[in-house]
Amino acid sequence: MLSTRMRTLLRVWTIGALVFLYAPLLLVLLNAFNSSRTFAFPPSGLTLRWWRDAWASDGMWRSLGNSALVGLCATAIALVLGTMAAFAVQRYRFFGRQTVNLLVVLPITLPGIVTGIALNATFTSALHVALGLATVIVGHATFCIVVVFNNIQARLRRLGTSLEDVSSDLGASTWQTFRYVTFPMTRGALLAGAILAFALSFDEVVVTTFTAGPTVQTLPIWIFGNLFRPNQAPVINVVAATLTVLAVLPVWLAQRFGGDVAGSRV
Amino acid sequence: MRRRLVAEPGNRLPLAFLLIPPLAWLIIAYLGSLAVLLLSAFWTVNEFTGSVVRTFTTDNIVRVLTDAVFRTATLRTLGIALTVTLICAVLAVPLALYMAKVASRRVRLALVVAVTTPLWASYLVKAYAWRMLLSPEGPLHWAVGYTPGYGLTATVLTLSYLWLPYMVIPVFAALERVPDQLIDASSDLGASDLTTIARVVGPLVFPGIAAGSIFTFSLALGDYIAVTIVGGKTQMLGNIIYGQLVTANNQPLAAALSLIPLTAIVGYLLAMRRTGALDNL
Repeated sequence: MLSTRMRTLLRVWTIGALVFLYAPLLLVLLNAFNSSRTFAFPPSGLTLRWWRDAWASDGMWRSLGNSALVGLCATAIALVLGTMAAFAVQRYRFFGRQTVNLLVVLPITLPGIVTGIALNATFTSALHVALGLATVIVGHATFCIVVVFNNIQARLRRLGTSLEDVSSDLGASTWQTFRYVTFPMTRGALLAGAILAFALSFDEVVVTTFTAGPTVQTLPIWIFGNLFRPNQAPVINVVAATLTVLAVLPVWLAQRFGGDVAGSRV
Repeated sequence: MRRRLVAEPGNRLPLAFLLIPPLAWLIIAYLGSLAVLLLSAFWTVNEFTGSVVRTFTTDNIVRVLTDAVFRTATLRTLGIALTVTLICAVLAVPLALYMAKVASRRVRLALVVAVTTPLWASYLVKAYAWRMLLSPEGPLHWAVGYTPGYGLTATVLTLSYLWLPYMVIPVFAALERVPDQLIDASSDLGASDLTTIARVVGPLVFPGIAAGSIFTFSLALGDYIAVTIVGGKTQMLGNIIYGQLVTANNQPLAAALSLIPLTAIVGYLLAMRRTGALDNL
């Protein structure tokens, strides 16, 4: 048992860390209502004007549509591939299992810029493919696999194999066991993995920059492009605040479906 | 009785069915791309048309290794990545210790969610938040009368903020596995808190810190967005790579430059493998 003094110190430290983590996010929320276009603090007044401007922004809606499309396609691919890899690693013993593990994790372990440049080089100089939504989807699917993989793997490990053994002992075929035993028990993890993979894709900037080419904009690319334009600042503030509030959504949903929110990306 | 799904010769078929599609994707799309990256570092650019010429040359590599501008940026980037890792570790260990060993079950769960939620908030928005926070007349200046402004310090601060959760979670996971009895035994035997933390808890959580550091180091190493937003004139390797690819349209040189962070992180991974950190990923 740690001494009372140490426990108090740790508590104070924790509160400090939470302030550090959340103060910037609260600032983003506040600034969406700031009537001034500058960052001067405290704000001189509050207004809802920027919300109307943001709603009317064509570029925002167009890039949001692209982001949703990319996110859905990348998630669908990652869902299939990540689930297959998780089942293989958790339900079979084979040579090179650790290597499969490492290969799946690698795309989020290596710096995004390396992945981005590598894909860019492959698409443009090796395959001569025009950059666009399709190339972004390939890039995103590659690093989203790990999120699905981690969620399903954690669930399968927790479930163990005894129920599946019983099922096959009672005469069920491999397919029947999967359809009636394994799948219903992993459905929540599948959903959680899909939601978190979508969230990861929705937010990605670096790989997107290198695979989208100059014509296609996802929401983060649009935000980044407008970040340094003073007259766009209020609209960006509103979008930023909305995204910050919405960030709770994937975490909350994934938690509800019994996903592994903490272990998905780490 | 038949034990299903454990590697028996008869079960190779479903295993192959499960394994081939994800492996094919990762090997072709990912490892294949990395191979092209490696290869294209030895290509060159036609000076008139700007198109990539596939003739073998070591010019790019030589330039990357000898150019003083690149060397300074590399050292600065490595310095930033190491500082960010250190700050994250210092912030994370007491926080994780509180979560794992002091907080009640309910508080612990709430804290895990509280620490991970910012990870899912937009990366750009978080960097932008620091741009607001550190601005000359911004909230920090208003609160404490001082702001470091945009530059190297701001970059380090912002990156530490962005990647802190990646350090907290593995350290917390490692601490959770340390039995409470070990800490009790240590203090019963007369060790002070600091001795217990340094001699008993420390060695046991080190693999967790190492696992977290892989993420903080790698993510800070490749960054060029946060530094663009809060770094002022500060240039990291990522900015230079981006500049070569997009502004200078020299894809082979960008590829050669990106071998620096790639080598650094592979070296780091190999060093960390000795600590058992890779099992904690």
